[in-house]
Amino acid sequence: MLSRVAETLYWIGRYVERAESSARLVIATQQLLLDLPKGTPLNWWSMIDIFGSSESFRARYRRQDEASVIRFLIADEENSGSLINSITAARRNARTIREIIPREAWEQLNAIHLSLQQGLPQALRRQHRHACLSSVIHTAQQFSGVIEGTMLHNTGYLFWRLGRHLERADMTSRIIDVQSATLLRSERDTLQQTYQNIQWMSVLQSLSAYQSYRQQMAAPVKRALVVRFLLQDSEFPRAFRHAIAALLHDAQRLPGSEEVVATAAAIIAQLDSAEPGALDSTALHHYIDQLQLALAGLHQSINGRYFAAA
Amino acid sequence: MAISWRNYQVNNLYDELMAGSGRIRPQARSLCRYFQRLSESALQQRRSAAELAIQGMGITFTVYSEKAGGAIDRAWPFDVIPRIIKASEWQRTVEGLKQRVQALNLFIDDLYHDQKIIRDRVVPADLLADSVNFRPQCVGITPPHRVWAHICGSDLVRDRDGTLYVLEDNLRVPSGVSYMLENRLVMKRIFPELFRSNAILPIDDYPSQLYDMLQAMAPAGCDQPEIVVLTPGIYNSAYFEHTYLAQQMGVELVQGSDLLVDSDDVVYMRTVEGRARVDVIYRRVDDLFLDPEVFNRDSMLGVPGLMRAWKKGNVALVNAPGAGVADDKVIYAYVPRIIRYYLDQEPLLPNVPTWLCHERKEREHVLAHLDQLVVKPANESGGYGMLIGPHASAKERAHFARLIRRDPRNYIAQPMLALSTAPTLIDDHVEPRHLDLRPFILSAGDSVQVTMGGLTRVAMRRGSTVVNSSQGGGSKDTWIIDDRESDHAVACC
Repeated sequence: MLSRVAETLYWIGRYVERAESSARLVIATQQLLLDLPKGTPLNWWSMIDIFGSSESFRARYRRQDEASVIRFLIADEENSGSLINSITAARRNARTIREIIPREAWEQLNAIHLSLQQGLPQALRRQHRHACLSSVIHTAQQFSGVIEGTMLHNTGYLFWRLGRHLERADMTSRIIDVQSATLLRSERDTLQQTYQNIQWMSVLQSLSAYQSYRQQMAAPVKRALVVRFLLQDSEFPRAFRHAIAALLHDAQRLPGSEEVVATAAAIIAQLDSAEPGALDSTALHHYIDQLQLALAGLHQSINGRYFAAA
Repeated sequence: MAISWRNYQVNNLYDELMAGSGRIRPQARSLCRYFQRLSESALQQRRSAAELAIQGMGITFTVYSEKAGGAIDRAWPFDVIPRIIKASEWQRTVEGLKQRVQALNLFIDDLYHDQKIIRDRVVPADLLADSVNFRPQCVGITPPHRVWAHICGSDLVRDRDGTLYVLEDNLRVPSGVSYMLENRLVMKRIFPELFRSNAILPIDDYPSQLYDMLQAMAPAGCDQPEIVVLTPGIYNSAYFEHTYLAQQMGVELVQGSDLLVDSDDVVYMRTVEGRARVDVIYRRVDDLFLDPEVFNRDSMLGVPGLMRAWKKGNVALVNAPGAGVADDKVIYAYVPRIIRYYLDQEPLLPNVPTWLCHERKEREHVLAHLDQLVVKPANESGGYGMLIGPHASAKERAHFARLIRRDPRNYIAQPMLALSTAPTLIDDHVEPRHLDLRPFILSAGDSVQVTMGGLTRVAMRRGSTVVNSSQGGGSKDTWIIDDRESDHAVACC
């Protein structure tokens, strides 16, 4: 398999997953903010912070209000991490290897790209936002379904999965971080405690994790348990640990993958020895920072071994 | 009744299916009757099924559009009424094409070695000196089996009297063969019954013939050569074809950045398993972009060192760099003489009469008859930069007169041929449209193979003779039909 083709598949996996998770993140935050008591300042800003794009945001937007943040995250073509840019990048990558990916998968990417270009102005308004973001999530799911169900499960397929799982781990940790940060900023508000459980429930729902959580944890929604579930569960597909374990499993099937496998194994070992659910908001934020650095290292290791070598 | 052959106007031109208004050529009899029996709605149904099939199969070509801000994919325009050629006529054409390509390969090899043909004053020396496609970097190189133009796409046109002429030879990176193959697939899918009632000779083995030819070009001692197709990338107008041929042959489709040449002068591709040696490159990148060490230094499409590897015999390049020297429209005028010189045979296929603007007398003739002639630049393809005298304005002709005087070597002129037509479905009826034919000739030394028919391109606009897809051309399936049975034109039933 050509390195270029492997890299392209890897990035398609990442971009499609990123688009799906961005949609989930916006929905989650919106639900969360709606549930907060009247008078609580709406904290849209935390999402910008979590994406690490506060500088590029400030450079072009004067106000940190809902409209600006939503535009920046979903529709802004100047923001490299925006949802529309993730879809555009996935499509651009797919276009260069149309002979490799199943035709239906290509057509789905094409269709969502078109429908986003037409539907984005609407998605900026609250009442249509949910429908538009849901369609992104559904398309991403269908896209993955077509790849899983019809593409050769060969080396290229493994690279697509590598990208998808790495991005998924990254985005799940970011979504936890957003919630955590939102709480952090309003800790002085005594009413906050009352609403905490509702908020974590909306996090679970945004990751389609609520049902699985109830089955797996057999407990009501509690911050410590949700954090543990989303970071450490080994059976829920969007949990951080599950994604890295899947990546490790796939990497073992690749040629010369010792270093990539070792890097992934180290992340899992580190995760298994920690108790992130017990951390307070500030400590949790730092812990997630560490996880993201480890993911960056994992990407470097894949990139160095397979894409940049030779 | 949807189609009535009685009302079809042949207009004093040669028509591929009709011998005159209402008179069907014998080889087209069964086809024409079939279409006549189709009801209006059945016909439209088949036509939209064909369009859907083309969309579904993803058959596209890419055009560059300023408006759309880049390259866009367009569905391949396809006419459901095939063009038919009798097998007996095709057999003669095949012999002519083989003879032509054989002579051209000898000619190219001679130009890069002893240049006997120039020393014998059959082709003037200054012609070579001014050729933009002669590559001094190739002098002295002997590619495997002395083949330079492994894949040739020659354009054939038929004049009013039915004679097939060679209009030009494409020896650089001729494209279109994938559309020929896909047109047949679409027809088989939409009109399966036609293939039962007509003896249509098959064309499907082109990809395996191409593969065999590429394999035969592998460096000596290489049993299981690694073959790749080198594409300039997704913005190239023929990208669909590059992916198609790579898929059909089961070989890698690579871009320049996927390859490297090491200090051992061997070509490798970068894979996730590490480097893998490449033995044969079917390159669809133009000469000048192939190797920035030797040609265009800024080329991002090529591979530095490729020419080193090729000269050492470590990799085969198909077509060979420099093969385009015989692609020149001025050289074209000399092809009959080239055939006589190397093969000592009379050309089996005629050239279109051609005036060379660099010869004073001929130039004067051209300038005096611009309103009757077609003027072509020597080294353009895709139908660009042409003057079609009879259809041009006085201003356009004056512009070309200036161009010719400024750079006579770069222009030739030919009479305006009355290109043949074939019935083409326009809305709900048939109208004649002009067409040409591009067969593909594969050369592997001793063995030369010609496609069964080729790609028929149709000028979809009434009266137009420009068949290029970039300029509104479409295409038809091309049937070579076993015609040993009847041979009289029949009146319409």
